[in-house]
Amino acid sequence: MVIEEAVNGRDDMLIDGQMGDQVLPSGFNPNFLKLYYGIPLLKLRFQSKLFPYGDIFRWMSYGNDGKHPACDKSYFGRRELSFTLENDIYLRFLSFNSVSELEKGIREKCPFKIDIGPVYSVDPSKRHAYAQSGENVFKPVERELIFDIDITDYDDVRYCCSGADVCLDCWPLMTAAIKVINTALRDDFGFRHILWVYSGRRGVHCWVCDGKARRLTNEQRAAIADYFRVYKGSENSKKKVSLTGHALHPFLVRSYTEVLKDLFEQTLLSSQQIFSTEDKCEKVLEMIPDESVAAELRGRWQKRSSCSKDDINAVRWEHLKHTLQSGRHKGQGLRRCVEEIVFSFSYPRLDMEVSKHMNHLLKAPFCVHPKTGKYTVHLSRVCVPIDPVHCHEFDPTTVPTLSQLLQELNSGGMGQEGDNDWDRTSLGESVRFFRSSFLEPLLKSCKEEMESAYNSKLQQSKNSMTW
Amino acid sequence: MEIVRRPQLKSTAIDRGVPTLPLYRSAPSLEVRLEDFELYAIDRLRVLTGISDGLSRGKRPEEMEKLVAELWKANMRHPQASEVMNKDIISHFVLRLVYCRTEDLRKWFLSMETALFRYRFRLQTAEAQRAVLAEFQLPYKAVTTSEFEVIKDKLTLVARSINQTLPTADAIFYKVPFQEVPELVAGRRVFLSDGYAYVAMNQVVSLVATQFRSLLSKALTLTNRKWMSTIREQEKDRLTPIVEALSTSYVGPDYSVGREFGEVSLKDIDNVAKSSFPLCMRHLFDKLREDHHLKHWGRMQLGLFLKGVGLKLDDALAFWKAEFSQKVGAERFDKEYAYSIRHNYGKEGKRVDYTPYSCQKIISLTPSVGDHHGCPYRHFSEENIRAALCKMGVNSGGVEDVMDKVRHKHYQLACTLTFEAIHGCPNDAGINHPNQYFSDSQKILKSKVPSTAE
Repeated sequence: MVIEEAVNGRDDMLIDGQMGDQVLPSGFNPNFLKLYYGIPLLKLRFQSKLFPYGDIFRWMSYGNDGKHPACDKSYFGRRELSFTLENDIYLRFLSFNSVSELEKGIREKCPFKIDIGPVYSVDPSKRHAYAQSGENVFKPVERELIFDIDITDYDDVRYCCSGADVCLDCWPLMTAAIKVINTALRDDFGFRHILWVYSGRRGVHCWVCDGKARRLTNEQRAAIADYFRVYKGSENSKKKVSLTGHALHPFLVRSYTEVLKDLFEQTLLSSQQIFSTEDKCEKVLEMIPDESVAAELRGRWQKRSSCSKDDINAVRWEHLKHTLQSGRHKGQGLRRCVEEIVFSFSYPRLDMEVSKHMNHLLKAPFCVHPKTGKYTVHLSRVCVPIDPVHCHEFDPTTVPTLSQLLQELNSGGMGQEGDNDWDRTSLGESVRFFRSSFLEPLLKSCKEEMESAYNSKLQQSKNSMTW
Repeated sequence: MEIVRRPQLKSTAIDRGVPTLPLYRSAPSLEVRLEDFELYAIDRLRVLTGISDGLSRGKRPEEMEKLVAELWKANMRHPQASEVMNKDIISHFVLRLVYCRTEDLRKWFLSMETALFRYRFRLQTAEAQRAVLAEFQLPYKAVTTSEFEVIKDKLTLVARSINQTLPTADAIFYKVPFQEVPELVAGRRVFLSDGYAYVAMNQVVSLVATQFRSLLSKALTLTNRKWMSTIREQEKDRLTPIVEALSTSYVGPDYSVGREFGEVSLKDIDNVAKSSFPLCMRHLFDKLREDHHLKHWGRMQLGLFLKGVGLKLDDALAFWKAEFSQKVGAERFDKEYAYSIRHNYGKEGKRVDYTPYSCQKIISLTPSVGDHHGCPYRHFSEENIRAALCKMGVNSGGVEDVMDKVRHKHYQLACTLTFEAIHGCPNDAGINHPNQYFSDSQKILKSKVPSTAE
């Protein structure tokens, strides 16, 4: 008896004697989720456990699960988690005091989605005992600085896909977003412990986990989100990016010269065919505040010269740049027009609300995305970490799916007792990356911070006691 | 035994005879006559409400600076020069008592006093400003010459990007953790490197205002506690009646709607939308009818407005359901949207009865892709505003007047002119709340003789 039978029941299966060849159905099956979480299914000879409970626990403990006297044993228990169950039942303000409680809780409920909230002043499941205001208050005290970038927010500038679909032509927008934001978080804000995660279908999440970041107030988070904000669009205004001023802020300059200019010119121009039709051209021309310039270009493009061998998009872009930068037209708003156009198509669009409030919940890494699309069955992909340094190599269409992982486990044969099951699958690479490039450095730093804070407190009390 | 280092106590500006802004850190041990107690407070209140008014009319910083100077001169003088500082300090502390007592009062007072402090600081000399900085004992280092050389180009870029004067070789910059200057970070008005913001002298206002605000916020909470525990009872025959009277007479010109202005029923809603909704709400309403959907902020802005207009919870639920179910189905509406409507009416969760957004709040919201909230005078393109005004029935002359205000970023004045054009009569108070627009409009329409309606 192996996985397929346990999952689908004997009757449904087209049983083939050679289990190794059997391909598992690719849609979402709640039983797969149970196997992912290590929930025992009937008559299964072995249990699989793919979800990395221990790593999540160690991460969320930020060093408080150790033996040092400075460790706060209540810390993990004050973190809010929320579960979305099979019938859209939503359970908030859940908390667990240990890794085994966490595992037990997840296995009991088999949530379709797990969200992580803030660390509160007290155990969230006991919040009703505390006042809303005044002294003994129930409020968030620590929370990672988080960002959510969703490709649907770019729908007005991507022509290859729309809605929940994503492909290799538009994914570079996410890559660029990661590069721009990651560099700024490190170089401008001085953060060190940053985790980027594929959100499972059409975007990425970012978790900034430095102590400094976790203790930011809502106002400070909003300030950082606004620092990153460039796109201010809505249906009713034509120009969504407005870069006034005689120069660009160094952050924007760096983003432009290191990432966005090339993304636009080398990739988007052709992958999105930005100037290939009259409508698309008009969309760009609308961004030029001087109608005479737009008219000149429109006129020029209407007489299409079919003899040119070069890509029409590149050619028209050169026309536009040349016209705007030639200095012939001087006017308010033309100064930065080229950059504004590039930014409109490529600059990261963050969901501001996610970042601004400490109590905003965000999907946990290593969750599995269960939704299926309307016309295509989206394979349930795992929310794996993305390496920002090599993010241009990340391919969302090859992220391990739940059924793929189970298939790998199945054909991999039995592991030793006590082995981590994820190690025998594609997930192993993700977990190892998570540990080596994020978790270990983070925990090392937490330990150092904890020890030094503890030592200086000791020192202080020593000083005052001698009086 | 180690000697604990004490911070150096600098000689304060006051010692050296330089006039400086008080930080109101501790209550003065001065004697005050009872009449002065009330009079000083009222004078200061005039200044604060003047500031509140100026802010809600969207005045720019230079205009606010001028306004504060005028308000201060008009209200806070004293025949004896030596008493001027005392009046300043005493009036502040009296108003602290008055405004510490509820969350809303504290919020308003904190905002206005911080604004007052900010603009008074801007009006000070550079030396006096440095003195205030020292008073706060902010441990921020000035950037050294060698550091400056390294980052000079970046600092110049920033200055050019915000149209400020370029930094010269002797310019003073402060290296400050970015957390201390959220406004400057948010506006990309400072160069950031490795977690530090490089703040120009003329931006120090922001730094100082944040510090002031934080000090005052903590102080207000303490004051409230003291008031509740001892002062209110102790002073019940003397100060308490004065304090309580002072706050109810000046709620602040922002029209906070708590009461309902008559009732509006579902069948009337399309008609009153056409006749009495301000443009922002009209736009949201029309989009809702058209798309059968609104995103979060649109639902909040319109939903709370409708509550303020008198739409009862049951009618509100029916209204939103009728629209949304055409897009997402009745079941999904009940599951995903009904809760938050009930939440707005204070029937769920924290049970806070949320107040409808004022113009100031709405203007500050920025719509993004697929959004329709915010102030259309601020976000719509010129063409779209003109089209909307025509649709509302404003004639071409009126449209030009409104567009003039829009170009000068006087969004509320634009809305006021729209109101005046449509209703054919002046609105002297000026619009600062959508519900005020609605109730003023209804008042005018109801007073017209029925036979003149079509």
